[in-house]
Amino acid sequence: MSYKTFTVDIDADGIALVTINVPGQTMNVWDEQLMAEFPKFVEELNSNDDIKGAVIASGKDNAFLAGADLRMLEKANGGLDKAGFDSAFIMNSFLRSMETGGHTARQIAKEGKKAKPVACALEGLALGGGLELAMACHYRVSSSNPKLKFGLPEVLVGLLPGGGGTQRLPRLIGLQNAAMVMVQGKSLSPSAAKAQGLIDEIVEPGETIAAAKTWVKANPKTLARWDVRGFKYPGGAGAMNPKSVQFHMASNAMALKESKNNFPAVKAILSCMYEGSIVPIDTALRIESKYFATLLSGSVAKNMIRTLFVNKQAAEKGAARPQGVPAVDIKTVGVLGAGLMGSGITHVTVKGGMDVIVLDRSMEDAQKAIAYSQKIIDKKVSRGRMTKEAGEAFMARITPTDNYDDLKNVDLIIEAVFERPDVKEDVIKKTEAVIGENVVFGSNTSTLPIGGLAVHSKRPEQFIGMHFFSPVDKMPLLEIIPHEGTGDLALAAALDYNKKIRKTPIVVKDVRGFFTNQVFPPYINEAVLMVMEGISMPLIENCAANLGLPIGPLAVSDDTTLKLGYDIMTSTREEMGDAYVSTGAEPFMEKMVVDLKRAGRRFGAGFYNYDDSGKRLDLWKGMTDHYPLAETQPSPAEVEQRLLYSLMIPSARCYADGVVADPQSADLGAIFGLGFPPWTGGPLSHIDTIGLDNFVATAQSMAQRYGARFTPAQMFIDMAKSGKTLYGAPAGGKVYTKTELSKMLEKDVVALANSLGIDASVSDLKADTIDKILLSQSAQSAA
Amino acid sequence: MTEAYIYDAVRTPRGKGRSDGSLHEITPVALAAQVLGAVRDRNNIDSAEIEDVAFGCVSPVGEQGAVITRTAVLMAGYAQTTSGIQVNRFCASGLEAANIAAAKVMAGECDLAVGGGVESMSRVPMGSDGGAWPVDPQSAFHNYFVPQGVSADLIATKYGLSRDDLDAYSVESHKRATKAWEEGRFDRSVMPVKDVMGVTVLDRDETIRPDTNMQSLGALNPAFAMMGENFGFDGVAQQRYPEIEKIKHVHHAGNSSGIVDGAAAVLIGNKEVGERLGLKPRARIRSMASIGSEPTIMLTGPEFAAKKALKRAGMTASDIDLYELNEAFAAVVLRFMQAMNVDHDIMNVNGGAIAMGHPLGATGAMILGTMVDELERSNKETSLVTLCIGGGMGTATIIERV
Repeated sequence: MSYKTFTVDIDADGIALVTINVPGQTMNVWDEQLMAEFPKFVEELNSNDDIKGAVIASGKDNAFLAGADLRMLEKANGGLDKAGFDSAFIMNSFLRSMETGGHTARQIAKEGKKAKPVACALEGLALGGGLELAMACHYRVSSSNPKLKFGLPEVLVGLLPGGGGTQRLPRLIGLQNAAMVMVQGKSLSPSAAKAQGLIDEIVEPGETIAAAKTWVKANPKTLARWDVRGFKYPGGAGAMNPKSVQFHMASNAMALKESKNNFPAVKAILSCMYEGSIVPIDTALRIESKYFATLLSGSVAKNMIRTLFVNKQAAEKGAARPQGVPAVDIKTVGVLGAGLMGSGITHVTVKGGMDVIVLDRSMEDAQKAIAYSQKIIDKKVSRGRMTKEAGEAFMARITPTDNYDDLKNVDLIIEAVFERPDVKEDVIKKTEAVIGENVVFGSNTSTLPIGGLAVHSKRPEQFIGMHFFSPVDKMPLLEIIPHEGTGDLALAAALDYNKKIRKTPIVVKDVRGFFTNQVFPPYINEAVLMVMEGISMPLIENCAANLGLPIGPLAVSDDTTLKLGYDIMTSTREEMGDAYVSTGAEPFMEKMVVDLKRAGRRFGAGFYNYDDSGKRLDLWKGMTDHYPLAETQPSPAEVEQRLLYSLMIPSARCYADGVVADPQSADLGAIFGLGFPPWTGGPLSHIDTIGLDNFVATAQSMAQRYGARFTPAQMFIDMAKSGKTLYGAPAGGKVYTKTELSKMLEKDVVALANSLGIDASVSDLKADTIDKILLSQSAQSAA
Repeated sequence: MTEAYIYDAVRTPRGKGRSDGSLHEITPVALAAQVLGAVRDRNNIDSAEIEDVAFGCVSPVGEQGAVITRTAVLMAGYAQTTSGIQVNRFCASGLEAANIAAAKVMAGECDLAVGGGVESMSRVPMGSDGGAWPVDPQSAFHNYFVPQGVSADLIATKYGLSRDDLDAYSVESHKRATKAWEEGRFDRSVMPVKDVMGVTVLDRDETIRPDTNMQSLGALNPAFAMMGENFGFDGVAQQRYPEIEKIKHVHHAGNSSGIVDGAAAVLIGNKEVGERLGLKPRARIRSMASIGSEPTIMLTGPEFAAKKALKRAGMTASDIDLYELNEAFAAVVLRFMQAMNVDHDIMNVNGGAIAMGHPLGATGAMILGTMVDELERSNKETSLVTLCIGGGMGTATIIERV
């Protein structure tokens, strides 16, 4: 037979060399074509007597096989029924057939049947479904190339390794080691993989196929070790083995602590490992496929794949880039200002392979950028993550200066000087006087309108906002802000530059606060209002953590300093005069910053106490002297809802107002700029998940409870009415499960019921209202 | 409904639950058989009159497996018509077994039955029976499982109980237990445990330290800090209790119950059987209750079980003369006193498990017996006996002196 995704060459010994080379993919992945063809080969292998065994290799240099095509998975609609299971079980089924030679467990045990030997030759990385294919082979030969990686990173997209990975990996390397790979997404080098038992043999690069063939020839009939009677897990397994019981207890607690129960995949992987270790592999594989189907049919994996991979990659590849502008070749960047931001921008620019001329008022000031990078590089060198030579080469790419003339040959300017219009105006004029006519001028302002700065430019069409986040080398987002007069070249240059520094870009309209600084302040404000209401500070911080936010709002407020919030508030109030709308938090900010001198971490005190080195200690108990604890504390669910909606409402409004052009940008901006819980796929994905009608009803009821700031944008109200969704999922309104409904607050269940035209109130039993909603839904689907 | 009466209560002394404990050489079946023999012999009854025996046992595997109660019944030389059942309600197993015996009497299934329990913690360690609860990820995640010690520290943190509060309570437990022994308050119920030669190996609770004081307890390190902080359990508990900023690890070996070996039996029957056999009823069961409570904090169940039992008895907390709550952890008792507004003067008057130990399956029956004795000694009328339970439960029994 001939195949499109791989070639099969049978040698004189009858050993079939399967060379995978999936067309149209840079790296081999399990896509629809390979999924369709590989089972046919397995059938051929098991039935054709001329084939004595097989060696599987890759026809691509970069990888053996890098996993599944996420676009294929994004489209998968796993149902929780026989069809859903069958679809989830496809890969397990053909890989198992290759492993057993098509024999049943009974035939193996009672009749002594064996399989034809299959070995794999790993010259490149094997991840996800690639490693699962390798593990379904009877023997694994790896090249000694230390750059090779073996891993099962499915958890990062909210899935589990569904091609037998959760069963074969722990059977090969033990539960504990397998958990590190599958739950934490860590990959193994060839030597570590060999030491743990994942790899059977390591040979010089280029010799894996020969070694694999040698093994196949020497083992004409074989079985996986777990098909041999008396098999035991390395390190033990099972519900009564003291070691594995301890492992399960500890891994459950650690995983729950870290995941906050927000990632169903984490629990599912651990369950596959636990349940699968008690039963034979055939049953275990079925268990794995069942859990896999639950993840595929849930919202988390879909949302994570869509935002964290598909949309993120598209944005990074330049989805927003104007067509027709030739690639802007950026070799040298002029960075203006060597403060914290300028130094950070300098660092990531060099890291992106470009040279930097960094300018400041004096040489001494400009040298700060050198010191900044030197510190990071020294650390890397001392930890062995970078050679001394590479470190020196890195530093040699930074040229500090106080002379504008040195900028004359740069390909791009990024300005990060003090946030004052007059200072900015001055550097714009001085810089434009020397740089080339085609050079794009980017401004890293976070507060000043780009259009306002562009008036000082001779070439406003080449002027654009590039908003970095601090610390620049850690924060993954870049807001790119064209003002009204920005031309295609500037946008193209900004995105081409971004591609080199590998941030996730979103293009944002030139309005006060852009996207992130419109969404972030209401969230901090909500937390402050809660403190003023007497809600316990630990409750606020822990509820944020439980949602999956990386840091509590009070801690982050201390980090960005209350002083900054206070200053912005004061200047906004002055600027806007009578038009200023109170946030309600003004007296609090004034008290903390002016009266109590608790202006933030940098000032040694804020919501938290700090030691002299700036280490965060405990929450400040004295707060209750000024804002006494409320006698009745809200439920954690209410606090979580306020925090989440305080981020979702302004995110939604930004989309409605056209601040971002699409839901994708809002989702990327919120996750990578603000740490919005990634399991949701972002605020707008989350709105789709919970249903627009539910979002609108909840927001409106919150607006009544807490204030008009929760009022949803009109566009969302209209969309909810017409049954639309943000990402174009099937219309007709969301169908709620009983579990989802019981997790909602009672008042929201009532609001949802009312929005569906059901007569219900909070004085009814919540369970009754839920039943009514479920009944109405099933009536609708029947109709 | 038929009334159930307690006719007698007997227990072994509690031996240190380690390989150097005095009862370590005695098999759990022998412990159970000896208390069953004692309850028959000292009341001079034909064992065929005892229709059923319910014994609590929390780790019913190995030599405590295979329905240890039936084996013990046979080994005690009971009539073969006496049946046996082993029950497990974790720490309240012994009380639950007594409640089952009482319920069988009340329901008219039995005229005379025995409830009790046995645990040789030195021979069959805690947790030997495994279980899905902490191990199966579906259950551990769903229930936000944390070990009991972390739960106890969570109670202390949430309800503002300091290490000094717990230690002071524990010092008092040892004092009261010492005094109770000195005054012979346990003499009626404690029977010596004998070896195969018939020689007594232990006749007194082995873990009481009369010289326990704040200083000696102050030197002990928190027992659950590492488990909580390094293994993630504090983080798990805080997910369920987000109002807690940081769990204070205040429990240690000295303010938690000791690990011990022991067994107990309580003879329960209706009025008629007592009259027929010439037995004098000592206490009447007024009400019994079991209840589930939030499983992460786990050990606050006694409050709710007590309220349920009081309601069933038509009583209020102030109608109770003596309270007995198992001293699994000091915070459990202090929180109960706080929640129920119970004075320390009427709580665990003869000390408890912090001083004398907590043989898991047997403790409930032991402290029920303690209260039968104490009501008589102190001439009081009513007592409420309760225990906190793994998985978030509580069991309570109210008795009244006859």
